[in-house]
Amino acid sequence: MDFDALALSLRLAACTALVLLPVGIATARLLAWSRFRGRGLLEAALTVPLVLPPTVLGYYLLSGFDAAAPPARLWHALTGGSLSFSFAGLLLASVIANLPFAVLPMQRAFEGIARNVREAAWCSGLSAWRTLLAIELPLAWPGVLSAMVLTFAHTMGEFGVVLMVGGNIPEETRTLSIAIYDRTQAFDDRAAGIMSAVLLGFSFAVVWSVYLLDARTRGRHG
Amino acid sequence: MADAGGEGLEVRLAQAGPIPLGVSFACPPESLLALVGPSGSGKTTVLRAIAGLYRPVTGRVRCAGATWLDTQGHVFVAPQRRSVGLVFQDYALFPHLSVTGNVQTALGHLPRARRARRASELLERVNLSGLERRRPATLSGGQQQRVAIARALARDPAVLLLDEPFSAVDQVTRRKLRRELAQLRGSLRIPVVLVTHDLEEAGMLADRMCILHHGRSLQEGPPHEVMSRPRSVQVARLVDLQNVFEGVVAGHQSDPPLTRVRWLGHVLEVRHQPAFAAGAAVCWVIPGAGVILHRRDRPSRGERENPVAGRVDSVVVLGDTTSVALQVDGSGGARISFPVPTHVAQRNGLAAGVSAKVSLRAEAIQIMDWEAPGEGG
Repeated sequence: MDFDALALSLRLAACTALVLLPVGIATARLLAWSRFRGRGLLEAALTVPLVLPPTVLGYYLLSGFDAAAPPARLWHALTGGSLSFSFAGLLLASVIANLPFAVLPMQRAFEGIARNVREAAWCSGLSAWRTLLAIELPLAWPGVLSAMVLTFAHTMGEFGVVLMVGGNIPEETRTLSIAIYDRTQAFDDRAAGIMSAVLLGFSFAVVWSVYLLDARTRGRHG
Repeated sequence: MADAGGEGLEVRLAQAGPIPLGVSFACPPESLLALVGPSGSGKTTVLRAIAGLYRPVTGRVRCAGATWLDTQGHVFVAPQRRSVGLVFQDYALFPHLSVTGNVQTALGHLPRARRARRASELLERVNLSGLERRRPATLSGGQQQRVAIARALARDPAVLLLDEPFSAVDQVTRRKLRRELAQLRGSLRIPVVLVTHDLEEAGMLADRMCILHHGRSLQEGPPHEVMSRPRSVQVARLVDLQNVFEGVVAGHQSDPPLTRVRWLGHVLEVRHQPAFAAGAAVCWVIPGAGVILHRRDRPSRGERENPVAGRVDSVVVLGDTTSVALQVDGSGGARISFPVPTHVAQRNGLAAGVSAKVSLRAEAIQIMDWEAPGEGG
């Protein structure tokens, strides 16, 4: 069992979920309640990572992370670091790959809040910020939590994108799924089996908890 | 624009689209104005514009001396900063909060220590004491409406807006809530705007009513006046007046003041309305209550007032009241509809095909500009 890989996977999953929490809420609210030109295009772009082969996404991200590419130059100018084969690059790739897992459940949750409930909050004197904290998030929390759990779980199991942009550097980019691949290639079936069982158990628990959450929400509001 | 004396609500909204609006009305403090119109007439849009939830292309909204909207002066005050209490049609309560939580949400202007007490006072005022901890989903429609009213009043608003507040409850609850609203408004010192499509409700509760159609205010005034003296054929139709006919102004006399209208071989004496020139083609209307049935057994003096003979076309019993349609003799189909107490209809033997006479009360006849009156003429 590669505990460094497990720790890195947990760290990557937690950071991805944390970054996507505000990004997801802002994007989901925009898509749930606003009609604007290019809305369909934005929705399609956000959903593409769901259907694109991870290697394709990984290839384009890797190109963007090339030292000469504008995103990598900007990152270098800001932090002095590199995006290729680094944890920062891995995190950025993971955030992009997980956008649909974060945004779609949150969007459905915010769409479920009646418009006049938000308007009633404004007419009760609540600012937009207070309306978000006191009315919208308490009503949308099952969706927000589902999104976070799915993002976390999906990041734990992500393989293709991670391999393309991160490679296999111990304690930097070798996540649990890469470690499983690595151990399998080395015919270390025992280690690969243990790590696979850990991921399987974790993934099952996550999906089950999402279903439980959904059932509880339906019970309360349905 | 209509004036509410500086302290009340003054509204003027105008735009060609996307929702056509041409509305102007005022509502003084302590008075209740009903915005009445069929579905899609723009009533709710007007209410939303007052609350700041809809931004019209041009308009001006002033309340209690403050300007909330002035498109010419580029003034638009956000809903949070308008002192508005709005009761939504489906109440829009916060489902995750208790009854008290719903009311306290609107008490942000008070120090935290005073909010619980104030919420309790408001809930007592709307007869909801004892239900403070309940969630909205566990309340009846009437109770939810009371929570919505308590929440709307919590801000100490400068105007109370009610969007079809009785549409989601059963008949018995509706009557009860209407009584409660009538009582409540007696204690309010602010203007109240009630949106409804129910003429009876407007007549019972409102001091003034404004008829809306396709986003335009067609007539504003005391309910009795609007419903008995419509300014146009369109208003007459909207307030459900069926006796609309075409005629020609025959002339005016000043002593006693009255106007004469020629109609189907009759010369009707009608309330003095000198604004219509002699010879002008006009429409005229008479509410059913202005039509007096001549009793067979005991003729009365009133029978000399615009007597009209005809044949009963239909008799529809609606409980204590019977609706009678009389086809006027020699008219080629003109029908006068009027209600009579059911026992009167029975005593007079009213039935389809029977001859009958009625008088049209001069004071009840309203002349309007000519316009194709439709089926009633």
